[in-house]
Amino acid sequence: MMISAVSTPEGGVSLPLDNDEVDTRHGPILYMEDVSVSFDGFRALNHLSLYIDDGELRCLIGPNGAGKTTLMDVITGKTKPNSGSVFFGQTIDLLQLDEPAIAQAGICRKFQKPSIFDALTVFENLELALKTDKRTWPTLFHRLTGEQRDRIQDVLQLIALSGQQRQLAGALSHGQKQWLEIGMLLMQNPKVMLVDEPIAGMTHQEVERTAELLLTLQGQHSIVVVEHDMEFVRSIARKVTVLHEGSVLTEGTMDEVQNDPRVIQVYLGG
Amino acid sequence: MVITWVLRVLLLMYAISVPAQTQDAFSQALEQIRTGSMGEREQAIETLASDSRALPIFDAWLNGNLFEFKAESRLVIVTESPMGYHLTDASSGLALTEVDRNAVGKINLTNRLRSSLRKAIARLQLDAVDADTRLAAVNTIAKDIDDTGLALLRTHLIDESNLAVRVAIEHIVLLNDIDSSDKATRIAAINALKDHDNRNVANRLRALTEKNADGNYLETDGDVRNLAIAALTRINNRLQVYAAIETVFFGLSLGAVLVLALIGLAITFGVMGVINMAHGELMMLGAYTTFVMQQLLPDSLGWALILSIPMAFIVAALVGIGIERGIIRFLYGRPLETLLATFGVSLFLQQAVRSIFSPLNRSVATPTWMSGSWQINDFLSLTWNRFYILIFCLLVFTALLQLLKRTRLGLEVRAVAQNRGMARAMGIPGSRVDAMTFGLGSGIAGVAGVALSQITNVGPNLGQAYIVDSFMVVVFGGVGNLFGTLVAGFSLGIANKVLEPYVGAVLAKILVLVFIILFIQKKPRGLFPQKGRAADG
Amino acid sequence: MNLQNLIQDKTYAITLAVLVVITFLIPICNWIFPENSPLHFSAYSVSLIGKYMCFALLGLSLDMVWGYAGILMLGQGAFFALGGYAMGMYLMRQIGSRGMYGNAELPDFMVFLNWTELPWYWYGFDNFGFAMLMVFLAPGLLAFVFGWLAFRSRVTGVYLSIITQALTYALSLAFFRNEMGFGGNNGLTDFKDILGFSIQSDGVRTALLFCTGLSLAGALLLCRWIVNSKLGRVVTAIRDQESRVRFLGYRVELFKLWVFVFAAMLAGLAGALYVPQVGIINPSEFSPLNSLEIVIWVAVGGRCTLHGAIIGAVLVNYAKTVLTGLMPDAWLFCLGGAFILVTLLMPGGIVGLLRRPRKLPPAVNIIGESA
Repeated sequence: MMISAVSTPEGGVSLPLDNDEVDTRHGPILYMEDVSVSFDGFRALNHLSLYIDDGELRCLIGPNGAGKTTLMDVITGKTKPNSGSVFFGQTIDLLQLDEPAIAQAGICRKFQKPSIFDALTVFENLELALKTDKRTWPTLFHRLTGEQRDRIQDVLQLIALSGQQRQLAGALSHGQKQWLEIGMLLMQNPKVMLVDEPIAGMTHQEVERTAELLLTLQGQHSIVVVEHDMEFVRSIARKVTVLHEGSVLTEGTMDEVQNDPRVIQVYLGG
Repeated sequence: MVITWVLRVLLLMYAISVPAQTQDAFSQALEQIRTGSMGEREQAIETLASDSRALPIFDAWLNGNLFEFKAESRLVIVTESPMGYHLTDASSGLALTEVDRNAVGKINLTNRLRSSLRKAIARLQLDAVDADTRLAAVNTIAKDIDDTGLALLRTHLIDESNLAVRVAIEHIVLLNDIDSSDKATRIAAINALKDHDNRNVANRLRALTEKNADGNYLETDGDVRNLAIAALTRINNRLQVYAAIETVFFGLSLGAVLVLALIGLAITFGVMGVINMAHGELMMLGAYTTFVMQQLLPDSLGWALILSIPMAFIVAALVGIGIERGIIRFLYGRPLETLLATFGVSLFLQQAVRSIFSPLNRSVATPTWMSGSWQINDFLSLTWNRFYILIFCLLVFTALLQLLKRTRLGLEVRAVAQNRGMARAMGIPGSRVDAMTFGLGSGIAGVAGVALSQITNVGPNLGQAYIVDSFMVVVFGGVGNLFGTLVAGFSLGIANKVLEPYVGAVLAKILVLVFIILFIQKKPRGLFPQKGRAADG
Repeated sequence: MNLQNLIQDKTYAITLAVLVVITFLIPICNWIFPENSPLHFSAYSVSLIGKYMCFALLGLSLDMVWGYAGILMLGQGAFFALGGYAMGMYLMRQIGSRGMYGNAELPDFMVFLNWTELPWYWYGFDNFGFAMLMVFLAPGLLAFVFGWLAFRSRVTGVYLSIITQALTYALSLAFFRNEMGFGGNNGLTDFKDILGFSIQSDGVRTALLFCTGLSLAGALLLCRWIVNSKLGRVVTAIRDQESRVRFLGYRVELFKLWVFVFAAMLAGLAGALYVPQVGIINPSEFSPLNSLEIVIWVAVGGRCTLHGAIIGAVLVNYAKTVLTGLMPDAWLFCLGGAFILVTLLMPGGIVGLLRRPRKLPPAVNIIGESA
């Protein structure tokens, strides 16, 4: 029932680039091939190749400095790689697009530090995220349709913030802010969700609900989760990718990965 | 013994006889001047023109101080006294009595005599010990050159040791050779002249290449003309090089002023991240400190200027520390508010200075060793004050680099700039370092003000004029490192001066501003950005 | 327009009401009562009030860019001056042959410079409609070009502020040049007529005041509508978390540009209304100090509250009128002090003091981008 709420088709506004155009006939929705990024001689990503399947829930783990956040920066257009290629589906070259275009194409991101708009209410935060025509003049004259209002209410319920919708977002607790940001992702109805450390600062119950939420969302959306909390990763992940020093160390189920001697070496030191 | 005696007597006789002979000619000529007609006087001048004893007499004559002492019928040089005149004997130089004005009669001059006198003086001065006097003498002779003058110069050239005098004489001789009837001499002269940087040379050569009203060349000899054209091109090429050097020099000195203003900014804005709009006013305080110091020490302007440097540093640093403690420390991490608050401070300081020192500009004197210019040749001269400022700027820059690199304070400043929390955890008192750093940046602004006082008027608006420029340079250079500000300051200074001759000063400034706005398109973080992940906003 | 919001915010409503009352009351009083009556507003007070209202409009425009979009614009005065020059050029052309040199084709200063023809950029300014168009277009175009360059390259914070200051500084240098053809440092003055009526007459003064009042009230309503629209919320979001908005799919630079250009046009209108009321426009309007004064009006009144900008502009300018009259020396001290006090002690300005604290966003956000 949650699922149906999320996948409600919205207002019929045509976008410059519609989700449906993403060509996923060959399986993966996101291709990263041989991507390298260096800052001042420091290689944040080192010939990294990664494929995310359509509808998959993938967990990325790795020690600090492994390049997890840089990887997200590359996908969302914040950082341009020195070499390599990044494709969304078969046809969309993400390196040719800037951040807003990538977001409109259907790749959305939750930041490590909750990035919501403190001066706006919870409702307004979601309203801004709503997938709709995001050019200036249409935004100026934008009026929420009944359908869109319902959509916002549905998401509010999903992230358990219905009661706080008139409150300023700045007044929320840390965990609530995390959820609000996840809610903002959902409002954009993305093909790919990049979720950076979603459970930092959450209580145990909140963590459980977050896991539940992410599990319900997979299938509808491809989700990439970066998380340090191994227990949480175990509870949601089917496939885990381990990053180390800017490239993929290994991939597999949680058990496979945890028993990989190289992973143990990286995590326990050597 | 006898031989010795004979020799002694002979020597003595010789010693007496030689002056006696010349004494004779000398006295005779003086006599001619005293009593003779104008024609005879001219002859006398010719006679005396090789006798150095005549120089004071000629000088006096030319200045209207040569008189006849009627009672004793002798030529005297007079100086005015309350009673009348003090007399000095013209031939012996001995002081005589003081007499009434009527007791003497002036030796008159005509214009013709006057010019002969000048020439004669110049010829005599050719033998002066002082090279500058010799040079002046050469130039006097050159003004109205004739064959004798030329011959004199040619002979003098053989013994002349001073380079400048030699070059000057060579110019004159060679310029004269151009007019010679012998083609080989002319060609040799032009060939020799093409390496001289002299305005007269250039003019003379140009004259050789010009046409008259009928469209015919003034110079009929084609070889000479073509050679002259080639030589002129050569000189013009060098002229362009000199012009370029001058532009670069002006640009560098303008840049130096900017850099001086900026080094302080690089500390407060670059290192601390504090935008201080009152920075220009701190410079103004430095300039006023110089003014006050000169008022206190009116007799030794040079010392006052040198003492102003530490004084201005202290004054500006104290004010800066006051601003930091009183205002800025409450606003860390809120750059736009800092900008507004410090702008308020700048208005305050401006008005304070206006109330204390009057709204009018104050002039700060330039000590003699800083005024004037370094004349390299006819076409290239560099003003000393700008030269000193350039050097001063580099000195301050190096001193600051060393301070940051080698001292404890420098280490602390860099530590706090990189990671305030960590620095504090390691026992560096953040707030004290903040105050000291800000004081340092402000103090340097004060020092910059001292330099500024030497090239512009000191007034309440002094700082305002530089602040926009300064911040633009910071934007241009980036706040990453001190060298960025140095490079940016100098390159903008030069760009300004290069553009100026084509479009005028105001438009040049506008163009530079527009350029920076466009430049930021390509490099939003300036020429030398802060690097690494930390810089990503 | 959400009527509920309007009623809720009392100061806003009061400001608007006072504005409307002044706008209508003064012309009515001056029409009904004879000149010697105490209820007749003198020419001096009419033009003074008109001037304040122009400044209020200017403050309002700055509040849109600074308060809502977080761009600390230190060159808003440039747009004001451009609008003023556009109006001034129209008024210059209306002088016709009544100038000192009696040249019907050329304004006096051009005759003085020995110019023989009207420069091309003066064409069309004898037409009121065209001039009015330029009042909006000239500042709008400048804002568009400058903003497009600046926002596209993602220059933010103090860097942006500094180049906006450089912009107005460069323009002031340019307009001081006689060769620019805008009257050099004397500017444009000695106006005679506007739309065929003498600019000195009481009627025209009162009419100008009426227009200014209406424009200000209209602008206040329009701005209110904009900041309450979704675009207003996007812009506020950009102010607080620029990069986040980008990842939501909004083209941040276009939104900033929209507000920037809109505010520039508003400032241009303010300038156009100002010039006929004070009778002169010269390059000192471009001086960076003037633009900074606008910032302090808004800061004093209360950033991020539209009526705050109006209250601030009127109060600061009233203080300026009084102080420069009483003790000319004290004015800069007061202005400087105001900058310091407001930023240190009352970040919300006067309106911020009046408002319930609940509605104030956190302190950092008030100022916009943090470096």
